[in-house]
Amino acid sequence: MNLSMSSKMFAMLLAAGLVAGCSSTGETMDEEGYGSDVEAIDQEGGATVYDGTGQEGGVSSSAMTDEERAAAQRKAESEQAAQAALRDVTTFYFDFDTSEIKPEAREVLIAHARYLAENPRAEVRIEGHADERGSKEYNLALGERRANAVERFLIVNGASRGQTETVSYGEEKPAVRGSGENVWAQNRRVELVFD
Amino acid sequence: MTRLVIPMTQEQVPVKSPMRSLVLVCMTMLMLAAGSARAELLIRITEGVESAIPIAVVPFKETGTMPPGDKISSIVRSDLTMSGEFNPLEPEKMLSLPSRQSDVYFRDWRMLGQRYLLVGEVTRRGERLEARYELFDVNREERILGETAAAPASNARSLAHHISDKVYEAITGETGVFSTKLAYVTVTGQGDDIRYRLQVSDIDGKRAKVRLESDEPILSPAWSPDGKTLAYVSFETGKPVIFTHELATGKRQKVADFRGLNSAPAWGPDGKSLLMTLSRDGNAEVYNMDLSTRELTRLTNHWAIDTEGVWDHAGRGIFFTSDRSGGPQIYHMERPGAEARRITFGSRYNARPRPGPDGQYVYHVHQRDNAFLIARTNLNTGEESIVTRTEADESPSLAPNGRMLIYATEQNGDSVLTVVSADGGAAYSLPAAEGEVRDPAWGPVTTR
Repeated sequence: MNLSMSSKMFAMLLAAGLVAGCSSTGETMDEEGYGSDVEAIDQEGGATVYDGTGQEGGVSSSAMTDEERAAAQRKAESEQAAQAALRDVTTFYFDFDTSEIKPEAREVLIAHARYLAENPRAEVRIEGHADERGSKEYNLALGERRANAVERFLIVNGASRGQTETVSYGEEKPAVRGSGENVWAQNRRVELVFD
Repeated sequence: MTRLVIPMTQEQVPVKSPMRSLVLVCMTMLMLAAGSARAELLIRITEGVESAIPIAVVPFKETGTMPPGDKISSIVRSDLTMSGEFNPLEPEKMLSLPSRQSDVYFRDWRMLGQRYLLVGEVTRRGERLEARYELFDVNREERILGETAAAPASNARSLAHHISDKVYEAITGETGVFSTKLAYVTVTGQGDDIRYRLQVSDIDGKRAKVRLESDEPILSPAWSPDGKTLAYVSFETGKPVIFTHELATGKRQKVADFRGLNSAPAWGPDGKSLLMTLSRDGNAEVYNMDLSTRELTRLTNHWAIDTEGVWDHAGRGIFFTSDRSGGPQIYHMERPGAEARRITFGSRYNARPRPGPDGQYVYHVHQRDNAFLIARTNLNTGEESIVTRTEADESPSLAPNGRMLIYATEQNGDSVLTVVSADGGAAYSLPAAEGEVRDPAWGPVTTR
């Protein structure tokens, strides 16, 4: 592995740290509802940090020994593997009649956002769903709001607008048939579908 | 790849032009699509009401070869029972079977506790079926209705529903809805075999015809005021898009295919515009589309979900659902775009408004504890009352006379459409023959 590749790894690590810091942005967004956070989404400045080009200034590998570099590389590889493992999860669940992203979904969504940032040609279809209860038409809108919340989260964390597409199926495509809270909980969801 | 089937349609020519006492019921042959019998819903009368009016519908005398299927008088009896407002006498209990006034002994029918008596005769004349019938008030010993109606022999059911409408109107003074239609969506199969079918049937579930078949969801069918066109949402292109669909020709038009949601179509009172929910400007808002120019007017403007717009009974203002207060509630605008006034307060979840025809009530989905029921809110007093007794209720749709309400629910684990009288009385159900049935929309009265 050459120097520029390993500096790329470093940029990614740096990005991971920054992204973790960024999650507080997401929290603010969710707590504030839908009106106030819309402006922030358009600030795509953050995305350049995670573009994976390794062109960010300030990351210098020249000061490192070969050993340090190897260690850093191993760390980067295991980090990458961990990130890939996180991305195995593509379904995110919601409480009844809400579109708030649950705290446990954040780490995985951030991993997806990073992947999108690092792979500018990757695209994701964000599918919003609701459980069967209540009104079909309202549930369509609710599914859309869930999909939009996830889309905003991905964008705030590095994905670009052109990479995402949302669709709501409302209650029309349950993951699990039947009724009862156990079933409903599995149907109130957003699914990420990568090409 | 989306599989979409739009069956060729051979539509019923609109019905009944009254000529003196002779009512011509002219309809073209109904081509029965293969498999449509299986698609038919089976009626299940779940309960009656004690206050139902006793009426004897005497089996009609039959002259000539009758078409196969139910007898006209049986269909009339079934219609009247379905309404919940009548309690027809079982034919086995009848002491005589008169077919005309001269054979009627009112004393017999009084003894049997009957208030009304319907007698008649069906005659086959070539390809046509002619029904002459008479309705009597038993206590007054008076004939209150007498008519001859005819239809092609293949349309015996239309002839029967016409008689039911006339009898219903003569006795209650309200418009009969037995000749109206239902639209609904059935879902069968799973995974790659899933099929969504938009169907139109009589209100007893008979004569179901598939109008659109797709492997992607179809929902929210809405009847144009003239009953000739359905608007609905189809996912056939991978996202929710609003189509209009002329039933006679099968001609479809994509009317709303904007970015985001295109949903909840509801016709304007003149049939020239469509309320709809779009999220093209960011989030779900209610718009009105002029169907001839496709011009859109935005009626709501709020960061919350605004959806399920529907014209009020007077056709001047609009009810819609919004979660601007935190959960979905029903709002009313005096005129399109005016300030919204909240209507429902009794529960944290009230949605999908459907106004009653007299302006007194708005019907809606209502959450009580863990149950979702259909309730109605009195627009004068604000009082909410529960109309249904099931627990997974959706998609209420009122009969055009406001006396009955259909909705989708579950009974004993079966997916059903259930009809109740609008005050919550008698009920019948139309269970799915297979899979699920949902999204009922009660069609308008189109023939007078």
